[in-house]
Amino acid sequence: MSNDRTIALRVNGRDERATVPAHRTLLEALREIGHREVKSGCEKGDCGACAVLLDGMAVDSCLTLAWTAEGKEVTTVLGLGDLDALHPVQEAFSEGGAAQCGYCTPGIIIASKAILDENPDPSEDDIRVGLSGNLCRCTGYTKVFEAVREAAATLRRAESGR
Amino acid sequence: MYTPFELEMPRSLADALDALGSGRDAAATPLAGGTNLIVDLRAKRERPDRIVGLGEVAELKGMEFGEDRISIGGATTVSDLLHSAGIAEAAPSLAESARLFAGLMVRNTATVAGNIACGSPAADLVPPLLSLDADVTLTSAAATRTVPLDEYFLGYRRDVRRPDELITRISWPRLPVRSVNTFYKLARRKGDAITVTGVAVTIVAAGGICTRARIALGAVAPVVLRAKEAERGLEGRALTPAAIDEAAAAAARAASPIDDLRASAEYRLHTVEALVRRLVSQARERLA
Repeated sequence: MSNDRTIALRVNGRDERATVPAHRTLLEALREIGHREVKSGCEKGDCGACAVLLDGMAVDSCLTLAWTAEGKEVTTVLGLGDLDALHPVQEAFSEGGAAQCGYCTPGIIIASKAILDENPDPSEDDIRVGLSGNLCRCTGYTKVFEAVREAAATLRRAESGR
Repeated sequence: MYTPFELEMPRSLADALDALGSGRDAAATPLAGGTNLIVDLRAKRERPDRIVGLGEVAELKGMEFGEDRISIGGATTVSDLLHSAGIAEAAPSLAESARLFAGLMVRNTATVAGNIACGSPAADLVPPLLSLDADVTLTSAAATRTVPLDEYFLGYRRDVRRPDELITRISWPRLPVRSVNTFYKLARRKGDAITVTGVAVTIVAAGGICTRARIALGAVAPVVLRAKEAERGLEGRALTPAAIDEAAAAAARAASPIDDLRASAEYRLHTVEALVRRLVSQARERLA
């Protein structure tokens, strides 16, 4: 059975196309069209390495069928900011050394962005509950939580300075 | 990567029920949040020919907080529960279960109907819903019926839902003011973990006497179930330490756990008894 279909995806504000069968996940489709910044980890919703924002909501792209993302806004870690203009969450992770091998980092940054979009002043518990679907197996979580708090403070300063 | 299938994405409940209904060659599998189904497809535990995606069906969403009953759409996500002040007030056990459910991305997509329909004994939303006396509304193109959640499961991963039916709504009566409704999830860690033992308790009291007890147990039997002997032992009595000890022991007798990689059966029996004693004792203190 071949049921390939060309779907229109909007990724990081740009229109892109992927020709994929119904059983292709969003993770696979994104990587096929070059979005290697979205990482493949456990592929069963435990590790969060593949997290992207779908219409602003963090989802595991490994548990999302690509066809169901058609017409929605997909944001990967590169959609938040790039090396010339880092997003405050990216800046905080970079400055705070909240990464070691970095494989889990794109997903953790996406989840952190989602946490802060919903709650600009999260408690320690909010951060932990928010990041409970992101596994890091090398650097640990202390610096990650510090980076989220730092990014939250930066974003709040920017908001109040407006 | 896995067995190909056809994917339909209906935009209304009528179209979804039509797609699931008879008159087609192969039974279709409904896709809600996908957090179980996609994993099962990849592992080839599920090999459907047709999948009906429910993501665009607006009728399955939405929560209603009536004076007497709360009713939520089948496609209500775990995050919807967690972010609802109405749920926090009317179903504290369900809110607590949502908080401890998997991780953020899974909570954002996993649905209440999906958690029920998968029929897993470790489905974390089910003990709270059983403790609330929830009903499940099943709808097909031809008819709608309402089944008590307590009668929904037939056995391990077996339920009363026919292939042409969807769980469209879940509803339960409001708790009386003098009541406590709690959930405890015991797992290897707090986040992103499958439950070892889950206990949900509702205690309603009047004049120092327990007038209604609900004790629901997760991950300790082939299905999530109520410990009815333990419930009956509490109802009509004062919540004395002796009555609570008896109920805790009766709850353990209702469990029939297995050894698995998360815990031994022996440990699960011990924790059922300990957690029922703890939650009912806490309820007694809060109602005093």
